[in-house]
Amino acid sequence: MAKWKYLLQALLYAAFIALIGYFSVAPAYRHVDPELAMIKLVFSHAAERREPCRKLTPAELTQLAPNMRRPMECERERLPLVVELEIDGALVFQAEEAPTGLWKDGASTVYQKFLVQPGSHELVARLRDGRDAIDFNYEQAARVELAPGQNFVIGFRASAGGFKFQ
Amino acid sequence: MNLLKNFGRRLFERVEGGFDLAFPAEWNPFRQLGALGWFFYWIVAASGIYLYIFFDTGLTRAYESIEWIMNNQWYVGQVMRSLHRYASDALVVVVVLHLLREFCLDRMRGTRWFAWFTGIPLLWFLYACGISGYWLVWDVLAQYIAIATTEWLDALPIFGEPTAANFVNSAALSGRFFSLMVFIHIAVPLIMLFLMWVHIQRYARPRMNPPRGLAAGTLAALVVLSLVFPAVSQAPADLDTVPAVIGFDWFYLAIYPLLDVVPGGQLWLGLAIGTLVLALLPWAPPLRKPAPAAVDLDNCNGCGRCADDCPFDAITMSPRTDGAAYDTEAVVNTDTCVSCGICAGACPTATPHRRATDLMPGIQLPGYPIAELRDRTRTTGQALSGNDRVMVFGCDQSRDLAELSAPGVGVVLLPCVGMLPPSFIDWVLARDLADGVLISGCAGGDCYQRLGDNWTRQRVARQRDPYMRARVPDERVGLCWTRSGETTRRRRILDALRGQLTTAPKLKRRAERARAAEAARG
Repeated sequence: MAKWKYLLQALLYAAFIALIGYFSVAPAYRHVDPELAMIKLVFSHAAERREPCRKLTPAELTQLAPNMRRPMECERERLPLVVELEIDGALVFQAEEAPTGLWKDGASTVYQKFLVQPGSHELVARLRDGRDAIDFNYEQAARVELAPGQNFVIGFRASAGGFKFQ
Repeated sequence: MNLLKNFGRRLFERVEGGFDLAFPAEWNPFRQLGALGWFFYWIVAASGIYLYIFFDTGLTRAYESIEWIMNNQWYVGQVMRSLHRYASDALVVVVVLHLLREFCLDRMRGTRWFAWFTGIPLLWFLYACGISGYWLVWDVLAQYIAIATTEWLDALPIFGEPTAANFVNSAALSGRFFSLMVFIHIAVPLIMLFLMWVHIQRYARPRMNPPRGLAAGTLAALVVLSLVFPAVSQAPADLDTVPAVIGFDWFYLAIYPLLDVVPGGQLWLGLAIGTLVLALLPWAPPLRKPAPAAVDLDNCNGCGRCADDCPFDAITMSPRTDGAAYDTEAVVNTDTCVSCGICAGACPTATPHRRATDLMPGIQLPGYPIAELRDRTRTTGQALSGNDRVMVFGCDQSRDLAELSAPGVGVVLLPCVGMLPPSFIDWVLARDLADGVLISGCAGGDCYQRLGDNWTRQRVARQRDPYMRARVPDERVGLCWTRSGETTRRRRILDALRGQLTTAPKLKRRAERARAAEAARG
């Protein structure tokens, strides 16, 4: 094989590895503005059942097989969660999140992201999960200081008292 | 779609032509894409096994263990890690090119539908391998991939709770995810290997290794890249910050930026439809299925040469059913036969010299019987004139072969040059139909019908049965392996053969031999 062919081969190999080497890390992808901060509203929570549980009467209990007798009868379907988030007085999120599951008996889930300027922000999160509540059962506010690129999470756990700003 | 295919075909021919300038034809990487895919897979597997020895699963240990390999084993660990990444990227490149080339050359119909159809899910497994691998490093890129992938998965209505919640902040992260990803990153390549094996099942003698020279050059190039530009981790993942600007592997992650503009559900739907359309392409019009090869038991002696030479294992030798005194007979699987005619070229009864009976070989194509090939050859030869007449037998894939036709050059086309029984070469010369024979097939060992070029080369070299007759002078036979459009080179080879014919010793024709024999008898 002629020498110039080896040289041409070397050039083609060089072009190949240059292609592989470059596109394996570059160009960099700008997913979000690095000067901004992110607030995530993320949680799962099961709302109350759509119908309240009912105590079975003794007559109804006797009609059930002995191993299937239970004191209460509950419909499976749950209510949707009503959720709101305000940032600096502006309502940025408001939704009725349906329960999951084929029978709508699972938890409702919220996964929302908001890009904000770094600095001080007043956050107010609200949630309604009950049948009887006219207003929100849970409402919590916090003033937070966010740095550029910070990932700030608002979670929720009813057993811990409600919203958690972290 | 034909317009697209023709455009792609011409583009590939041009690029391959450029590579032919540098590489020997058999080393041309474009003709070895499938084999290179296997080669890169083995590099990734070998380097992955090495890395796994030192890899530590865990929230912080994963990143640290990879850094340890990079800092303390630059001579092996760094090279292995870099080879693992770069060979994975190269695998994507050759797989995509392989798919495009097979599409443009229309190599997905007939029995080839199987390789095409089983190759499509391989794409998904390939991407699952790559993406899960990046996840394991647990740097900023891994953080982005973890969040983006789980958010994308959450668009499917299969998870009760969002899986992305596992990566919402560092407090939510569990080391169990790493165990899961390690499992996926090992299990998926194994499934992929199994599918790769299935992918080539309908091919006889599948090409799984590139030529040594090409393999050595490719490996050397990747090692050089690994030393000069080692693959490194980005900053360690920190779920309390937002991965904003990320060094990106575009070979595996090119689709991810779409998630920022297209809802995840729509992207899943688009990919599902795209996959389905790709998978069904072999059945897209125009559908054409020439009649498969047919066996004539009266002329089949069960020698098995057709079964040996069939490039798609479409012929099996079965116990005799007609009571003839042979053990076996050829049986054609009509579903997997691509009607290339290579079996007829291998059949010792497909000889044009037969005069006592009709020319009916043991196996042949009903759409292009050997008798018709003989008739075409005779008609073409009788029309030739001059002292250096050449009969060109060429395959249908050389679209521009007819351009060679001239008063002294006749062209006879076949589905594949492998269909030409070597006895035809002797017959053409003995009957004075031409002074020389040129066989023109696909370039660089990349026979459209698979193996036809290889068998022809061996038959003419008298290395494979049926052999070209010993009395055929080698200088009167030329072989030409060229791409479509390579008319200049083809003409140069033809001219060289014609030049040889003018100086070659005179042929003893059939009539002269008969006269000589009569004179000898006195």
